Amino acid sequence: MDLAELHAIAERERARRKAVRVLCCTSSGCQASRSLELFHQLEAAVTATGQDEAVEVASVGCMGFCGQGPMVRVEPANLLFERVRPEQAPEIIAALAGQPCSVERGDPNHPFFTRQMHVVRRNGGIIDPERIEEYIAAGGYEALYRVLHDFSPAEVIQEITRSGLRGRGGAGYPTGLKWATVAKSPGERKFVVCNGDEGDPGAFMDRSILESDPHLVLEGMAIAAYAVGAHEGYIFVRGEYPLAIQRLNRAINQARKLGLLGSQIFETAFDFKVEIRVGAGAFVCGEETALIASIEGRRGQPRPRPPYPAEKGLWGFPTLINNVETFANIVPIIENGADWYAAIGTEKSKGTKVFALTGKVRNTGLIEVPMGMTLREIVEDLGGGSPDGTPVKAVQTGGPSGGCIPARLFDTPVDYESLAAAGSIMGSGGMVVMDDHTSMVEIARFYMAFCMDESCGKCVPCRVGTVQMHRLLSKIAAGQATPVDLEQLEQLCRLVRETSLCGLGQSAPNPVLSTLRYFREEYEALLREDAAASANGKP
Amino acid sequence: MSNRAPADPAPTADNRQKLLEATMRRHQYRPDALIEVLHKAQELYGHLSPQLLASIARSLHLPPSRVYGVATFYHFFSLAPQGEHTCTVCLGTACYVKGAMEILTALEAETGLKAGHTSPDGRLSLLTARCLGACGIAPAVVLDGVVIGHADAETLRARLHALLEATPVAS
Repeated sequence: MDLAELHAIAERERARRKAVRVLCCTSSGCQASRSLELFHQLEAAVTATGQDEAVEVASVGCMGFCGQGPMVRVEPANLLFERVRPEQAPEIIAALAGQPCSVERGDPNHPFFTRQMHVVRRNGGIIDPERIEEYIAAGGYEALYRVLHDFSPAEVIQEITRSGLRGRGGAGYPTGLKWATVAKSPGERKFVVCNGDEGDPGAFMDRSILESDPHLVLEGMAIAAYAVGAHEGYIFVRGEYPLAIQRLNRAINQARKLGLLGSQIFETAFDFKVEIRVGAGAFVCGEETALIASIEGRRGQPRPRPPYPAEKGLWGFPTLINNVETFANIVPIIENGADWYAAIGTEKSKGTKVFALTGKVRNTGLIEVPMGMTLREIVEDLGGGSPDGTPVKAVQTGGPSGGCIPARLFDTPVDYESLAAAGSIMGSGGMVVMDDHTSMVEIARFYMAFCMDESCGKCVPCRVGTVQMHRLLSKIAAGQATPVDLEQLEQLCRLVRETSLCGLGQSAPNPVLSTLRYFREEYEALLREDAAASANGKP
Repeated sequence: MSNRAPADPAPTADNRQKLLEATMRRHQYRPDALIEVLHKAQELYGHLSPQLLASIARSLHLPPSRVYGVATFYHFFSLAPQGEHTCTVCLGTACYVKGAMEILTALEAETGLKAGHTSPDGRLSLLTARCLGACGIAPAVVLDGVVIGHADAETLRARLHALLEATPVAS
């Protein structure tokens, strides 16, 4: 395979395209609303009306507006149909010829779409994720070709460093720095690992990226492998994501067949093979040392760092671990240059971020916005506020490791530093909107139940602390606690945060601390003694 | 539980044994393939029985304690047979905020089962999931592998009823 052959594939693919494309989302969210059946009905309707020559129906990835699925979009007319039932397929096809159509129409000019900026999700809902030809026609694998031929590994790392990209898994560690560390760590073997163990409840960005554009992640991994000097890679995907696993498997096979993965990629000396490892349902495996243990076939228990995986990772070799969305950012950066990327976002948080906007909000789904957009813009403009007019009370970001941000702080720009200052974190990008009907004590208790269940049990503060915190929260929720219990809860929060071995325990108190910080009155109202007095006296 | 034979590893060399063997061979019986092998075993047999775990330990030259330890550490692996039908309520945050608990409570009342349990006649398992990643269509429930979005207690009760052919699950 060389560049001419790659271009020939793209050319053939473009020639194959028909004048009108009917794009039907077959991601897992829409599949749950019978979109596969709809897809087949659309195909049948095209054939039945004899339009095979001019119209094609394509199965594509996520368009983002999951709450209104299944979605169908028609190109180039830019018609959008929402909540389509399979029986409505003939009506949609008839509408192409100008017939009246009663199917619910979406507005492509809605702020939900226009306020977004697609970098990572640029192919989502546009290409068929199961056909590598469509990815190549969209310019795919050219970045890998350019990197292998025109860049030295050091130049790739420099480009990524200059772009300002930070890890999208949650902590926001500078990606270029991590790559540089792995690159200079000595080791006869090195590994690249893609962390697709998205266990945060309320988040599904990685799932959607893997389902909608698997090659973007594979190409990003290959570029990373070239930069750090690795020849083997693993993608660790949650077992709960069968469609993502299936599409990744298919993508790996297709890329291997075309010589885009495997040995001597693009007829250079660079070899890179990728394997999938299916997770078995343990939230802690998102932590990098636990993830390594799991790939090695052991219990997913973390170990103390240092040494960091960049020096001693999988089987003791230097290992680069990045999140799905981080790898998905690599190709756009190589294609458009570091300066282009660094111009998006805020001073310290560059680029875009994909969020899963869910909960009590009118428009639920996936959004990709430039860093620095405020929570208010996201919740009100894109999300459309609460569905029944009940005032929005807070947004929970970052899952069990994050916190709740109250409505009065909605002018906070979404970037790593501002969210941290507000007592929460970016996390992998879950945003759950809560309204006045949601009890913050219950939310804190819910997350603590999660952490208690998911604690791997290796260190005492996390194993015992989460159980005790959950008991105290239950006591408060049941109205049986006294101010002493609340004090004890706060002490315990600090203790667990400071003494736990890994991120799971260190961050488990966050939802409690943030709700205590902003919604303390809800806790105090539930206390048995002095409830009235303390509600007056405290902020 | 003896009538749940299909889920138990049959002593005779059936096809499933061969398929499991092939998976282990493909991984060259390497101990680090344990989780892959357990995935395959559960896919083939429905659950991981003590005999099955013991035979995997022998094949991969691992101490049984290690195999048992890994199998019990991960939520995905089940050491007890699952019911003929499974109903999994997602309790992720998005689903929780949109009333997944009410759905679960209603289903518990309807079936007389506690979440995580299988009815004594082996017809139904009522399970919960931490997050299915289907938050856009919350609350989500999976009925025999089919994801139902925007779920509500009433419709679910009806679907469950239809699934069990209107015969109540003995509790």
